[in-house]
Amino acid sequence: MKLTATLLSATALTVFGLPAFAGSHMADSMTLVSWGGAYQKSQHNAYVVPYLKMNPGVTITWDESSSEAVPKLRAMNEVGNVTWDLVDAEGPDAIRLCDEGLVIEVDHDKILADGDDGSSPSEDFGDMIISDCHIPQIVYSTTFGYRTDKVGNRPPKDVCAVFDTRTYPGKRALRKSPVANMEWALICDGVGIEDVYDVLATRRGQDRALNKLATIKDDVIWWSAGADTPQLLADGEVVMGSTFNGRLFSAIEEQNQPIGMLWDWQMFDIDGWVIPKGLPPEREARVLDFLKFATDTQRLADQSKWISYGPARMSSAPLVGKHAELGIDMAPHMPTDPENSKNTFVQNYNFWGDYKDDIDAKFQAWLAQ
Amino acid sequence: MAERAIVHSVLFVAAIVAAFGAFLGLFVGTANGSGLWGIVIGAAVTAVIAVVLVKAVPSSAASRRGARWGLAILFLIVGFLLGALPGAVIGFFAGLFFAWVTYWLATNRYRDSLPPYATSGQVLWHYTFRTICGVIFFFLIAPIVVVMPLSFNAEDFFTFTPEMLSFDPAGYSLKHYQDFFFNSQWQQALRNSVLIAPTATLLSVGFGTLAAIGLSQPHVPFRRAIMAILISPMIVPLIISAAGMFFFYSRVGLQGTYLGVVLAHAALGIPFVIITVTATLVGFDRSLTRAAANMGASPVRTFFKVQMPLILPGVISGGLFAFITSFDEVVVVLFVGSAGQKTLPWQMFIGLREQISPTILAVATILVAISICLLVTVELLRRRSERLRGLSPG
Repeated sequence: MKLTATLLSATALTVFGLPAFAGSHMADSMTLVSWGGAYQKSQHNAYVVPYLKMNPGVTITWDESSSEAVPKLRAMNEVGNVTWDLVDAEGPDAIRLCDEGLVIEVDHDKILADGDDGSSPSEDFGDMIISDCHIPQIVYSTTFGYRTDKVGNRPPKDVCAVFDTRTYPGKRALRKSPVANMEWALICDGVGIEDVYDVLATRRGQDRALNKLATIKDDVIWWSAGADTPQLLADGEVVMGSTFNGRLFSAIEEQNQPIGMLWDWQMFDIDGWVIPKGLPPEREARVLDFLKFATDTQRLADQSKWISYGPARMSSAPLVGKHAELGIDMAPHMPTDPENSKNTFVQNYNFWGDYKDDIDAKFQAWLAQ
Repeated sequence: MAERAIVHSVLFVAAIVAAFGAFLGLFVGTANGSGLWGIVIGAAVTAVIAVVLVKAVPSSAASRRGARWGLAILFLIVGFLLGALPGAVIGFFAGLFFAWVTYWLATNRYRDSLPPYATSGQVLWHYTFRTICGVIFFFLIAPIVVVMPLSFNAEDFFTFTPEMLSFDPAGYSLKHYQDFFFNSQWQQALRNSVLIAPTATLLSVGFGTLAAIGLSQPHVPFRRAIMAILISPMIVPLIISAAGMFFFYSRVGLQGTYLGVVLAHAALGIPFVIITVTATLVGFDRSLTRAAANMGASPVRTFFKVQMPLILPGVISGGLFAFITSFDEVVVVLFVGSAGQKTLPWQMFIGLREQISPTILAVATILVAISICLLVTVELLRRRSERLRGLSPG
């Protein structure tokens, strides 16, 4: 009975103790939502650790739920109980959340810090600002890695190696989504990059891309989580596979796996923060305070010490240094490095915003055939 | 001592030994390029070995023992050539096994455990049945057993590295266990699980026991309907309970609190307690409570002094099931909890989705060990309860 009483009172204390705020104008606890893994670790080390040092008494909790950010924010909004304070979202998700009014619109120049070179935030971020709700952090790319020991003495140099099962026999890992796969299929079917989206907008163009993918369909393992491809490559299950470039960097440099990078026609994407709508004023004040700090020039440059994603601010680029633990130069591993970015394209948010639902339905039906 | 004579035809023995040989050959062949060739070569080689053992070895104890060890050493060398150290170990035991199984069959010893009048068909079924049981057991246990060595992987992938397969110490490491014990995320998750599961268990046991006692009284109206409602969380798909709880708890302010998660898990645990306690109450003699009442004890006193000690094994095993339910539960906590109430299964779930890290396997191994301990306790309690009720000889 005594044990019971102790346990119950301990529970009661925790239950009622947590939500109590210190009463200042800023909340003392904050829930950040991100993707987990090495990426979240880089955010934790670059933004959260120094922020907590400056603000003792604040507690920050990570929730690895960014992959279901849209449905969860919808549900929270519906019941009026928003438990997240700041959400890391990919470009397309951010645009969707913004359109649905689930996240707040911000004035980048008003809430963010100026660049170290004195430029205003909107100049400093430039093209990276793709939505009024989205505060960019990094540029990453979806690109290919291949097993160096399974390609003989002909390491693949161009993305069409993915469709060349004669020269590179074996399974390939591709994302279970039409985005990027359709573009690569068309490029390798002879469509020029400037025409890709015009072709893809037509029914015939979509069939053309799917027909090209059909030539390797039996050799494809479809992935859905970013960790799948590195695992498949490490196992030797696949000879090449697409994933986020940071995952490949970590498998190659940190885990010493026999994997090489195939940067040709990598697809850039932008990742950043969104602020959920409906936060109480003291929580929103805390979020804005953190956000201003976490997206300044130095913090974004610091992040690249832990992961090979390019900072979204131009003023951060010269500050990119060496890896925090391995001591290697990070610049050559960035997707934006000139050596790596000879052939690139940026995910076309406008196109996929308009066509994603149609093409995705078609793609999934094709997968099930 | 004279050894038993060979009574069976060499063809019979060679055929069955060849079947075992084909099975081993399948694995050896697959590891060396072609499973089909492995089967063929394995069957042929072991059939020849069986013939040699039966026909060429004199039937004295010493020479049979010599043949057995000779075969083990031969297989050890072949295994070493094919697969280094692990191959040698497997080869050694395979050699012992083939020599044993050959004599076991040839000298008719396989019929020793069966009555003399059993027909060939009955003997065949006797061993087929055991084989089927063994295969089912293998399929149930293999995935769990595979996980355990992988949790000692020195690399960050779910892969048996060549170093691991050759038992090189460099291929093994405790770093994933270290990650579990020193990573604040995992420790927070462990704390949450350790806080939530016992509290939810206490609530389940309290409410579940009372409900079971009440529902076992013959005069309670709508007993079956109430019982059905109370055990519905066990029957309704978890995802539906979870979505319902999310919307309900959000409106009453329980979503994202410890209390909310504890209540949700208690609701999931109650059916287990009701079922186990109801089962023990079946063997409970009602005249004991009447006798207690007759002697002036209040119902509460009767419950704690007479009824509770007798049904305690059922209460405890129900409580253990409720505990494991809460400790292993991921769907409901994903809906009802927020990041502050992240439990171990939740942390494992996101770890598996976002980053395939063997730390998950280390945690899984620890959890399996805990689960085994708990289930052994349940089994011991069940035996004690049977003994107390005189159902089995003490």
